[in-house]
Amino acid sequence: MSTILIIEQVLNGLQSGVMLFLMAAGLTLIFGVMGLINLAHGSLYMVGAFAAAAVAGVTGSFLLAVLAALAAAAAAGVLVETLVIRRLYAADHLDQVLATFALILIFSEGTRLIFGSFPLYLDIPSWLSGPVTLPGGIQYPLYRLALIGVGLVVAMLLWALIERTRIGIQIRAGENDREMIAALGVDISKLYTLVFALGAALAGLAGALVGAIQSVQVGMGEPVLILAFVTIVIGGIGSIKGAFVGAILVGLTQTLGSVFLPVLFRLFLDPATAMSLGASLANMAVYILMSLVLIFRPTGLMGARA
Amino acid sequence: MIRERYVNAALLAGLLAVPLYALLVDEPFTITLATRAVILALAAVGLNIALGWGGLVSFGHAAFFGIGGYSMGILAFHAQNFMPLDLGFMVFDGTKSMPVIWLVAIITSALAAFLIGLLSLRTSGVYFIMITLAFAQMFYYFAISWSRYGGEDGISIYIRNDFPGLNTLVPIQFFGICFAALVLALWLNARLVASPFGLALNAARQVPVRVQTVGLDPTRLKLVAFVISGAITGLAGALFADLNRFVSPSMFSWHLSGELIVLIILGGVGRLMGPVLGAVLFVALEHFLGGLTTHWHIALGAILLGVVLFARGGVIGLLCGPKGQS
Amino acid sequence: MTDTVLETRGITKSFGSLCASDGISIDLQAGEIHAVIGPNGAGKSTLIHQICGGLRPDAGQVLLQGQDVTALPTAARARKGLGRTFQISALAMEDSVLENVMLGALGASGRPWRFFVPVMGDRTLRDRATAALERVGLQDALHSRTAALSHGQRRQLEVAVALTLDPRAFVMDEPMAGLGAEGSKTLTGFLDGLRDQAPILLVEHDMDAVFALADRISVLVYGRIIATGTVDEIRRDPAVREAYLGDPA
Repeated sequence: MSTILIIEQVLNGLQSGVMLFLMAAGLTLIFGVMGLINLAHGSLYMVGAFAAAAVAGVTGSFLLAVLAALAAAAAAGVLVETLVIRRLYAADHLDQVLATFALILIFSEGTRLIFGSFPLYLDIPSWLSGPVTLPGGIQYPLYRLALIGVGLVVAMLLWALIERTRIGIQIRAGENDREMIAALGVDISKLYTLVFALGAALAGLAGALVGAIQSVQVGMGEPVLILAFVTIVIGGIGSIKGAFVGAILVGLTQTLGSVFLPVLFRLFLDPATAMSLGASLANMAVYILMSLVLIFRPTGLMGARA
Repeated sequence: MIRERYVNAALLAGLLAVPLYALLVDEPFTITLATRAVILALAAVGLNIALGWGGLVSFGHAAFFGIGGYSMGILAFHAQNFMPLDLGFMVFDGTKSMPVIWLVAIITSALAAFLIGLLSLRTSGVYFIMITLAFAQMFYYFAISWSRYGGEDGISIYIRNDFPGLNTLVPIQFFGICFAALVLALWLNARLVASPFGLALNAARQVPVRVQTVGLDPTRLKLVAFVISGAITGLAGALFADLNRFVSPSMFSWHLSGELIVLIILGGVGRLMGPVLGAVLFVALEHFLGGLTTHWHIALGAILLGVVLFARGGVIGLLCGPKGQS
Repeated sequence: MTDTVLETRGITKSFGSLCASDGISIDLQAGEIHAVIGPNGAGKSTLIHQICGGLRPDAGQVLLQGQDVTALPTAARARKGLGRTFQISALAMEDSVLENVMLGALGASGRPWRFFVPVMGDRTLRDRATAALERVGLQDALHSRTAALSHGQRRQLEVAVALTLDPRAFVMDEPMAGLGAEGSKTLTGFLDGLRDQAPILLVEHDMDAVFALADRISVLVYGRIIATGTVDEIRRDPAVREAYLGDPA
């Protein structure tokens, strides 16, 4: 096992971790501030990816494509929030689950109606393609490295927004005491729309960025949604910091597990068994991680104590 | 309450009448469709005991559905291939007998529900939702990698299993078996709700602290409800596998867990016939809308949204008023 | 020689730097009403939680009829005879009044693991439940939904549920809270007669009720009992006047 392979896989894990964070951050904010379980968050991810693929197809510009993803997902977020989600804040979690499940159906089928059932492809722009040589002589795809960079920058901007700005203060107040911010004269319904749009834009951004290394297709948001939920639960719901820690943990566990568990099992099992056992354990690893976290810390790593 | 009884009776009568009519006009596909609705209803009735009365929003009931399915798949696989199953302490030929398969399905899914419930009940709220999902996902990935039983491809069973005195290959007879199981589960559910255990469970959902102060343990009550719930959903899984003569890891998928929750909310949470109405509506919508347009999911989504926004308490709530009011 | 039913010995509980219970020793004798008063934030709720089992003290003991119950969970203490009422009604709002009291009777019977018999057909439980409802005067509201009860009726129902347990001691958390003058008076009269059945540890803000009912009063300030005595002793106590009633000594 070479050091280079290990470093490469750690970088891969970080890359999927920070992308997961973009999803999880919105999800955890929306839950923390509005108390809403939003299953349709994966649909916003998909909207971002499709918008990016469509715009890139017409203009050929990756930057415009990413901007389109942000705008389309935010717009879809505002639309959905004002038409549907707004009526669900006071409802119990079960109603939220059913309503946002219904939104998934509408979004997925609507996208299929517009774009058809075949996957679209979003190309990595030429100025970000190809490998780059890292210190130590490791060759690593520039685009993936850029994703890590973008993810970290967004994480820092988000942290600054929440900790350092007026809106951030209102958001934090909203997590702690809903009546308090109403009493302070904050327009709650505007704040909620804003938070929802912000979360949607982050999801759309993730969809566009990941869309360039995977195919863009209907249903792409669902596995990510489940992983994002796992992430925020591990981190503690409502905590941005928890979402970040959770996302990195999940990203690393998944990537490293799928590469190294089969290798590890080969040390004491025959290759075929090691391969299949390793692969299945790698897929289970994230869920095993989550259940262990919850068994020992029932409200996640950084969640408020129950 | 009186009204709900009429609605319940009409629903069961309708569910029985449709396949009988289909038998008369010779439309076996409709019978299969009705059987599918009945089995999904049975699975959801199981979940409703945990979710509706225990307040336990399990997003992992596919685990029990799948365990039921694989109980059938594994037992029948060994029987049809004449490959005895070596359990270490004994060798078992497998079986094609439904009652034996059901028993195994019920016991294994109850056991799994006990272990999953024991660990999951340390958490609550959204965390409970997610930890139950996690356990189901573990089973899902395990099934995918279990190459002995087909891995991702699952197991096909060539001939439907036997029930003494019946020909299960005749669609209406198999429907009868499933319908009887559903009625039995509903009867059990009704008895349970009215029993001392039901009273305590109902209170444990609403005010666990009150249940403690009268000297009872709410967590234990919920655990028992979870086990009963898992066992019923497991039985439904075994029947579902027999309906399709096929089991695959998709029986463990989170889509299925989600679908069961959706059925219940659509019909009415914590209402005896809520899951049945939900399952019937879901299968009917799937069939009729699907026949009209390939994009029927949009219509289904719009209908579900309408139910949440305008019919809180599900369709039963719409028909019979809120729970507990006469 | 009096008979101690319930007792705390030096219980201490801190939340971070805040010491909510600072070595509290308090006892409840047979036949008495012992009131605990104190300003907001004095640690009354924390004290009740430790007595009833919701919180585990950092140090000290809780004894019920001479038996150490410090390590027991809430349900086990209830089975040993601790009857509790809540400040904010903890009732199954979707259920009927009768069902709420039946739950108490079921808890007292210790037999919830019956799955097939209708609970409403159990005569023993039902008699016990209706007897408790009659005692608090709710017999006419038997089949009302709890959510439809007035605030005062919910307080009565709280007491009725505790009664079904036939407890050795009552712990009541502000039973008068939110009641009007008329309601307080009625409940005061009722509690007055209840002390012969089992002694009451009464945490209460309503001073009229406390002075009318209490055999003894303990004053809790910043997690410590600063005085215990009869109504007159407490009224005269200079420390109490200063710390609690706000008079300069």
